[in-house]
Amino acid sequence: MQERQALGGKVLTVPFKVCAAIVLIALFFLGKRFIFGIGSVTNMNDGYPWGIWIAYDVVVGTALACAGYSIALIVYVFNKGEYSPLVRPALMTSMFGYTLAGVSVIFDIGRYWQAYNIFLPWLSNLHSVMFEVALCIGTYILVLWMEFAPTMLEKFKADKLKARLNRIIFVFIALGILLPTMHQSSLGTMMLMAGHKLSPLWWSGFLPLLFLITAVVIGYAAIIFESLIASVAFKRPMEMHLLSKISALMPWLLGIYLVIRIEDVNLRGYLPLAFEGGLLGNLFLLENLLLLSALLILAYPSNRRNPQLLFIASCAMLLGGSMYRFNTYIVGFDPGTGWQYFPSVPELFITFGIIAAEVMAYLWFVKTLPVLPKLTKA
Amino acid sequence: MKIRRRDFLKGVAASTLLLAAEQSPVQAKGARKELPPNAVGILYDSTLCIGCKVCEYACKQANNKPVEHGSPSEPMWDDPQDLSAKTLNIIKRYGVEGQKDSAAGFAFVKRHCMHCIDPACVSACPVSALVKNSDNGVVTYNKKACIGCRYCQVACPYNIPKFEWDSPFPEIVKCQLCSHLLAKGGISACCAACPTGASLFGPVEKLRAEAKRRLAMQPGEYYDFPVADINGTEVQQHRAGGYVSHVYGERELGGSQVLYLAGVPFTSIGLPDLPEDSYVALADGIQYAIYKGMVYPLVVLGGLIYIIRNREDKKE
Repeated sequence: MQERQALGGKVLTVPFKVCAAIVLIALFFLGKRFIFGIGSVTNMNDGYPWGIWIAYDVVVGTALACAGYSIALIVYVFNKGEYSPLVRPALMTSMFGYTLAGVSVIFDIGRYWQAYNIFLPWLSNLHSVMFEVALCIGTYILVLWMEFAPTMLEKFKADKLKARLNRIIFVFIALGILLPTMHQSSLGTMMLMAGHKLSPLWWSGFLPLLFLITAVVIGYAAIIFESLIASVAFKRPMEMHLLSKISALMPWLLGIYLVIRIEDVNLRGYLPLAFEGGLLGNLFLLENLLLLSALLILAYPSNRRNPQLLFIASCAMLLGGSMYRFNTYIVGFDPGTGWQYFPSVPELFITFGIIAAEVMAYLWFVKTLPVLPKLTKA
Repeated sequence: MKIRRRDFLKGVAASTLLLAAEQSPVQAKGARKELPPNAVGILYDSTLCIGCKVCEYACKQANNKPVEHGSPSEPMWDDPQDLSAKTLNIIKRYGVEGQKDSAAGFAFVKRHCMHCIDPACVSACPVSALVKNSDNGVVTYNKKACIGCRYCQVACPYNIPKFEWDSPFPEIVKCQLCSHLLAKGGISACCAACPTGASLFGPVEKLRAEAKRRLAMQPGEYYDFPVADINGTEVQQHRAGGYVSHVYGERELGGSQVLYLAGVPFTSIGLPDLPEDSYVALADGIQYAIYKGMVYPLVVLGGLIYIIRNREDKKE
């Protein structure tokens, strides 16, 4: 059994206080949103009914939070126990990412006080992709907290409860693999309905598959990114042996993704659009070049053992994958009636506030809970 | 046990491939929806419309909507620039500068909910706040169910549902074909108010036949045109304009209960060129192929539980 430790140390550091300040500003604008309506703080409009709160906080945010899902796939389905040191930090970032995505949905939906309607069987619309996504994400947030519960129970020495939970935890682990597979692909299916309003560079029957692959790719990239940053920030040795092994998977995943992505646009006859020099074409190229560069870096085993290159590749995957998702929801979307959208400052601050809250929770948890692997003095 | 697990994984891989094959858009096309038995709708004839906007006024009266000042420098009267949470029905003028001849120059168009036969908003709504009446086919909104997620706005190919952005307790707003008036045996307010019969209310089958009759008319000859309600008695004589030989809304995305006739190409009056298969059918088809009524997910869940449980047992 892998030993874990709380890092200890002061919680109220300078970065923590900076984040707290951002959260306070966000709370002010949130107050305005709840008193005067969504239009008082955002630039969303009837042409662009979804802004960054959905496109970033939920669609990109939950992909960044797929670390737990991606690592669970390896550890539990492909039985690679050696990766288990990565499980807890990954689960924790997933838990924060999904929980805050859930919270920002409450900020975003207009009639939040009726949000529970999603769970009323006589109102459910089984045809609605949104229904499936909402239900899946809601359940998955609970599952993540259950999966992470043993860590907290350890802290509070609730051994009996932990033993009892451990007997049934396999159900939650299984759900923790099934649910993201469902809703991450459905986030892609969701934009099928946008039809002619979504640029043909993004609209495709393959949306569900491409969204699923980007969720896994971004999930692995987030594990690598998080682990490297944590090592530098907390002055811990890098987990290079594990990270370089995981990253050997990436060229395959990226290769499959890029072949489908490009060939799909090509077969539908829209590839020339990418080279017309417009914003959409350039973004399409950039998005895929980022992923291609990660593929090229990680294709060489020697590069995978180099922390700098590994870090660059993980950034390229995070950016490229996130851009694909963001563009599908915002940039590639054009209702065609002259509507425009660019997020307002208060709208951005509410998103920054959510990211800051996530960083604060991360710092607090790793310092007080047994999340990171225990170091054995050599 | 190892071998069994491997077999299971092979099974998973095979069924994933199967799913991928089933996902191909061509096969995923769902069946086209039928018109409800007593479907009612509107036939809007752009060549008869004089742009008087009395239908806009009647609509606001019937649905208790406030006036809207689209040009704030001259807040004199109701002048919405587009559909909004305050305006469910609008007359727009499309035209080429400097030309007065309607066929080549400008034309009016009336925009509101199309009451699609396979409505994207109804399929999109997670909580059944938007529903299509199974008898008359009118698409209505229920604020008690709505959570304000605005997926209906993203999904609607005609950008019809609008949201009250400046309210702390916002609602989705759209034309509901005056269903409160229909319930009392009336017709939609815009059609009742229209002085020329450009907006004509009636059963969709009859409206389709009327549209076909107009397409067959000789331009320049005088014909009888029903006014307000196709089942009513009021008739006016008009000279037939030259029609573009197409009934917009008869087939677009599986068809709608609101139909359009015009003397200019429909794309030039803001009605997009759309395929005959609705995006709903496509999305539904893919969802159906993946989930098959939740059978696949349950099978996968069972497999996952089996593998993980086995592994945890071995560890102990």
